[in-house]
Amino acid sequence: MGYSGFRVIKEALTGHKGWKPAWRDPEPQSAYDYIIIGGGGHGLATAYYLAKEFGKKRIAVLEKGWLGGGNVGRNTTIIRSNYLLDGNEPFYEYSMKLWEGLEQELNYNAMVSQRGILNLIHTDPQRDAFTRRGNAMILNGADAELLSVEQIKKEYPFLNFNDARFPIKGGLAQRRGGTVRHDAVAWGYARAADRLGVDLIQNCEVTGFRIENGVCKGVETSRGYIGANKVASCVAGSSPRVMSHAGIRLPIETTVMQAFVTEGLKPIMPGVITFGAGHFYCSQSDKGGLVFGGDPDGYNSYAQRGNLPTVEDVCESGMALIPALGRARMLRMWGGVMDMSMDGSPIIDKTEIGGLYFNGGWCYGGFKATPASGMCYAHLLATDTPHKYAAAYRFDRFRRGYVIDEKGMGPSPSLH
Amino acid sequence: MIINHPLLGPRDAQEFTFLGSASLIDRPDWQAEDALEQFSDYTYLRNDTGGENRELWFHEAGDRSWLVVTRNTFTHEITNVEMASDVARARGRSK
Ligand SMILES: Cc1cc2nc3c(=O)[nH]c(=O)nc-3n(C[C@H](O)[C@H](O)[C@H](O)COP(=O)(O)OP(=O)(O)OC[C@H]3O[C@@H](n4cnc5c(N)ncnc54)[C@H](O)[C@@H]3O)c2cc1C
Repeated sequence: MGYSGFRVIKEALTGHKGWKPAWRDPEPQSAYDYIIIGGGGHGLATAYYLAKEFGKKRIAVLEKGWLGGGNVGRNTTIIRSNYLLDGNEPFYEYSMKLWEGLEQELNYNAMVSQRGILNLIHTDPQRDAFTRRGNAMILNGADAELLSVEQIKKEYPFLNFNDARFPIKGGLAQRRGGTVRHDAVAWGYARAADRLGVDLIQNCEVTGFRIENGVCKGVETSRGYIGANKVASCVAGSSPRVMSHAGIRLPIETTVMQAFVTEGLKPIMPGVITFGAGHFYCSQSDKGGLVFGGDPDGYNSYAQRGNLPTVEDVCESGMALIPALGRARMLRMWGGVMDMSMDGSPIIDKTEIGGLYFNGGWCYGGFKATPASGMCYAHLLATDTPHKYAAAYRFDRFRRGYVIDEKGMGPSPSLH
Repeated sequence: MIINHPLLGPRDAQEFTFLGSASLIDRPDWQAEDALEQFSDYTYLRNDTGGENRELWFHEAGDRSWLVVTRNTFTHEITNVEMASDVARARGRSK
């Protein structure tokens, strides 16, 4: 049954007895046409679009824990399409357009909030770089606006504008950027996929692949062997582990990134802001907590927790930009393990093994990509050709020298 | 994390910067027939499957030496620390 305002009122008047579980809890079948490994945002979106856009049947999503328990439930919920490079910007702008219609599409309130994102400028060369980036965005059909200090002061009067080392000199705004309720994205896609007949199988860890004559026939799982015509890995931070079962080495290392939230405060922060001098970004959740983060911890890690030096560094950057932050108490902090690729950009591609596909390398920016990643991966699985917006996200770009290195950091995953 | 520097004793990891896998010590031969393949493997492909990891750390805010740290990436426990120069020499590198 659909969700609507009318339904909420009706249920409220009848004791909330009509709500049903949002999705089934099926037993795994012995074989499927498509198996998607990983029930995060990307895996669930892929399953949904595969069924919806490409009319495919017999699809399963295998999740080792519970749906949405990975990075889709651990990120800082920012969406934006403010990239510079040709391989990236059309893809992220496509994703932004999918976000804009997502809630109607899924009949689910994902709290898509286009409250705007503002990247602050602190030096003249940075203004040049951001102007160029803004132009690249506009050329790709996204919106971008260069703001003066006076304009920023109207929206964010509390920022430290005259800091001796890092004065604020302007900003690059994308008004269509913003935040989305991360869990609701996983739940919305899960419910919509389930309604199209996709089996969402939780507590089912993939522990190996059955590969015969260079072709993948199915997966070994904690709930037994399951056959498949096509197997699609979509496990974000666990990518190197899962793909190693097929003997595949990846241009990816896994590192940890932390996020923080303060106690609930009255509204102060209208949109998302990023500090241009240190690595710090911040927004305010609808419950009032300031949600912020900074650099990843910077070393390989599968522990879903970070270390204290990073906490200190992030808080110092935060205080440099927003002195008032020092009055707020930090309520929670957590970490997520991220699939950091060698150039900071993702991969959506076939592998050298027949019937085995790969989606990963999202670094700390894959949440905003969720709808487009699902759509492009579904396209690849259904048609065996890359989607036009993901055509650059191939494995061979590294060997061929066509890296998409937005930050110009070179092959050091922890620096992207 | 505390890194037990072979020369300086226990030091806070904050004094160090991280480079990456210790496999970067084994730079391929640029004159080999398949140098292109070897270099693209060396530069881009990793086997970061979790557990014990040998990695290069630089003591930037200290004596500026390179260390090979053996660390468990599930627990962050450090089990061995060596001078990178010793490791490289033991592998036949001149410096
Ligand atoms: C602290 C933090 C902040 C972030 N902030 C942002 C942000 O503001 N904006 C943004 O765009 N991005 C952000 N990101 C990145 C973003 O969260 C990820 O890139 C994105 O969520 C990854 O895709 P996913 O949702 O499919 O991953 P996940 O939710 O991690 O899904 C992968 C799933 O695979 C499952 N899995 C793993 N191994 C197996 C196995 N063997 N068998 C079966 N299942 C398995 C896992 O349990 C998990 O549920 C942030 C990340 C972190 C850690």
